[in-house]
Amino acid sequence: MGRYALRRLLQMIPVFIGSTFLIFFMVYALGDPVAAMFGDRAPDPATAAQIRRDLYLDEPLWKQYLHYMGQIFQGNFGTAFNGQSVTELMASAFPVTLRLTIVAIVIEMVVGIVLGVFSGLRRGRDIDTTVLVITLVVVSIPTFVSGYLLQFLFGVQWGWAAPSVAPEAPLNELLLPGLVLALVSLAYVTRLTRTSIAENARADYVRTALAKGLPRRRVITRHLLRNSLIPVVTFIGTDIGALMGGAIVTERIFNIHGVGFQLYQGILRQNSPTVVGFVTILVLVFLLANLLVDLLYAVLDPRIRYA
Amino acid sequence: MRRATRAKWGGCAVVVALVATACGGGAGASRSAVVSSSWGDPQNPLEPANTNEVQGGKVLEMLFRGLKRYNPKTGAAEDVIADRIETSDSRNFTVTLKKGWTFSNGEKVTARSFVDAWNYGALLSNKQKNAAFFQYIDGFAQVHPDSGGPRAKIMSGLVVKDDRTFTVKLNQKFSSWPDTLGYAAFMPLPRAFFRDHDAWIRKPVGNGPYLVDSYEKGSVLRMRKWGKYPGDDPARNGGIDLRVYTDNNTAYTDLQAGNLDLVDDVPAAQLKHVKSDLGGRYINQPAGIIQTLTFPMYDKRWNHAGSEKVRRGLSMAIDRDQITREIFQRTRTPATDWTSPVLGAAGGYKAGLCGDACVFAPARAKQLIKEGGGIPGGQMTLAYNADTGSHKDWIDAVCNSINKSLGDDNACVGSPVGTFADFRNKITAKRMTGPFRAGWQMDYPLIQNFLQPLYYTDASSNDGKFSNHAFDKLVNEANAATDTGRAVTTFQNSEKILVQQMPAIPLWYQNGSAGYSERIGNVSLNPFSVPVYNEIKVN
Repeated sequence: MGRYALRRLLQMIPVFIGSTFLIFFMVYALGDPVAAMFGDRAPDPATAAQIRRDLYLDEPLWKQYLHYMGQIFQGNFGTAFNGQSVTELMASAFPVTLRLTIVAIVIEMVVGIVLGVFSGLRRGRDIDTTVLVITLVVVSIPTFVSGYLLQFLFGVQWGWAAPSVAPEAPLNELLLPGLVLALVSLAYVTRLTRTSIAENARADYVRTALAKGLPRRRVITRHLLRNSLIPVVTFIGTDIGALMGGAIVTERIFNIHGVGFQLYQGILRQNSPTVVGFVTILVLVFLLANLLVDLLYAVLDPRIRYA
Repeated sequence: MRRATRAKWGGCAVVVALVATACGGGAGASRSAVVSSSWGDPQNPLEPANTNEVQGGKVLEMLFRGLKRYNPKTGAAEDVIADRIETSDSRNFTVTLKKGWTFSNGEKVTARSFVDAWNYGALLSNKQKNAAFFQYIDGFAQVHPDSGGPRAKIMSGLVVKDDRTFTVKLNQKFSSWPDTLGYAAFMPLPRAFFRDHDAWIRKPVGNGPYLVDSYEKGSVLRMRKWGKYPGDDPARNGGIDLRVYTDNNTAYTDLQAGNLDLVDDVPAAQLKHVKSDLGGRYINQPAGIIQTLTFPMYDKRWNHAGSEKVRRGLSMAIDRDQITREIFQRTRTPATDWTSPVLGAAGGYKAGLCGDACVFAPARAKQLIKEGGGIPGGQMTLAYNADTGSHKDWIDAVCNSINKSLGDDNACVGSPVGTFADFRNKITAKRMTGPFRAGWQMDYPLIQNFLQPLYYTDASSNDGKFSNHAFDKLVNEANAATDTGRAVTTFQNSEKILVQQMPAIPLWYQNGSAGYSERIGNVSLNPFSVPVYNEIKVN
């Protein structure tokens, strides 16, 4: 297990280098950010040249990249245009998005698995059909539609929640955005759990357990659920990274100043240190989440072991 | 047993993570007299000479007072700290300051506060984006050469005489120069700015009616009334909280839910029902902004003998009235000159100056374009940036109008450019092949500001590279005129050359829009379409 984890960690190095270079290249291809800093006014050439020199924009791309990587290994992620260091932006943005992601994951796990178990055990009956139809509808609604809709209903019409989240982003205010962020994944979790449960409900080991006279509740939670959760765990694991990156839409709707907000600003203003820095961290989160999922398999199914 | 402990561990991990990240606490400050308003993240640090966009500009207007200030109602430049600005030749000015002005940290506002700030703003190595505003001061070329490093640290044209007096020598005659001094770039700076720049940037100190209480970059700037403000326009509320919104729809929703007091940009999608939502609490009034379609005059296909007929014809092919009504819900007014109604007649705005060339006349348009040799290549593109400002709708409408007038479905198509940065790149690199959208928001309410930066040969924002000897000559004459009335008339004469040449088609004047909650009153917009924050009263 230890060697396996180590090997997986080593594999992250080329992925890290490759992804940063790709992102760097793509942001660079968008053009010269200095022109936009002057708004509708043509940049004064002397000042623009000074800014370019300061930001290393007057060097060829490969030199810019090497310079950037060199700085990263010293823990310096560069500076955003408003004068803040990117690490400072990260320190303010990641905890907020992490909190939002946790809220979303918790909602997704609890509601999704419970619904999935219920409908999976009652396959073909009314409740199962209803859940299937609802999840289908949810999957087909884009996040920005459900976001604006729920924001308007809960925030303006009924006044149950504030339509936007305060800068400190306390947990209770994140419930509604978390639900919006979780909705689509929630539907997937429900459907995955349902199918898996429905399949395994007729498996030999479940019949054996029931025949032994174990209480139904114990059979479901200990035997059935545990085996059925493997695909669900895989999904949720990869979803952590996707949710953190995909929070751009949700964060924008609810004015949450997290990773999505900073990425959006960074792209709009073509600030490559911000974009590359944030995406790099997201890539790492994604890789670690995947590793965690693989390691969790062994916990769920003792037959799976890593050399 | 083993399994049970593991499950417990997992549960704890989630709880720990939730607690660990739930570190935010609500700031319990009383908001009784404080107004909350929507804000966009300013692009640059909040330095006067480095702020060239409206979001940072509105903060400077609250934190600073300069020699002059533009009257929030009329737009006229009025003395604030300046006691008098005297000149006999429109080139050498003597500035005398009023007594009793201090910064909010107690430091006196002296002649040096201005001279040091301007020298800082102009010096090339400080990379200030508004450096070009100091270009008329003698010695600017030494501190800010076009290439190479600065050859001097301070401009020779600025001389401190005593605590309350300094002289300015310009490198050309510029009679309305004192009226430009209300612009943010000309604000004074305290010694603290130079002593500890980083600390000042984190918490700016100025001499305006408000002082900074706390500034969390990217999310909220809290300003409070400065009790000892010496000016005659003190804050009439306890303070202003500016909250950053990435999406103006969310700000509007917050306003509807009573979570926000003031929105100074009503999103286009809400315009249809804003009156029923807010009733009388919706403001829609002209601002000093004009939108145009600028032609790439560096492109031979658009600039040859006879092509002015094509340009004029295209202007006549656009149904401005219908587009401002249908698409902008009357938040734009069809343009009939190249300035803005906020200047007023005395300031140089002249309705109808453009004449027939700006009136929708499809038949005449078709004929003119034909006489001029037709649209180059048979098809033209209208370039715009697609990332912000929802320009696609009106660009498509303009093209549709041109196509209908010409009876040719392929005469005009919109050409989106992904980002504003890339759009600006293409413009500055002179890579435009057809007309492109341009917007001009005035820096100061002077007719000069609508004409010289945009159409004077090689001027800073002359994106189309229009160059006309007669136009330049009239602008120079107008700048040298000591009599304001004569200057304005001469500027208007220069505008008549634009009517003939049509280097840019005036489309419409933009209005400022704002909506506010029942909690506040006495809300108005100044000619820059920025709310007059210090006048707002909390009910």
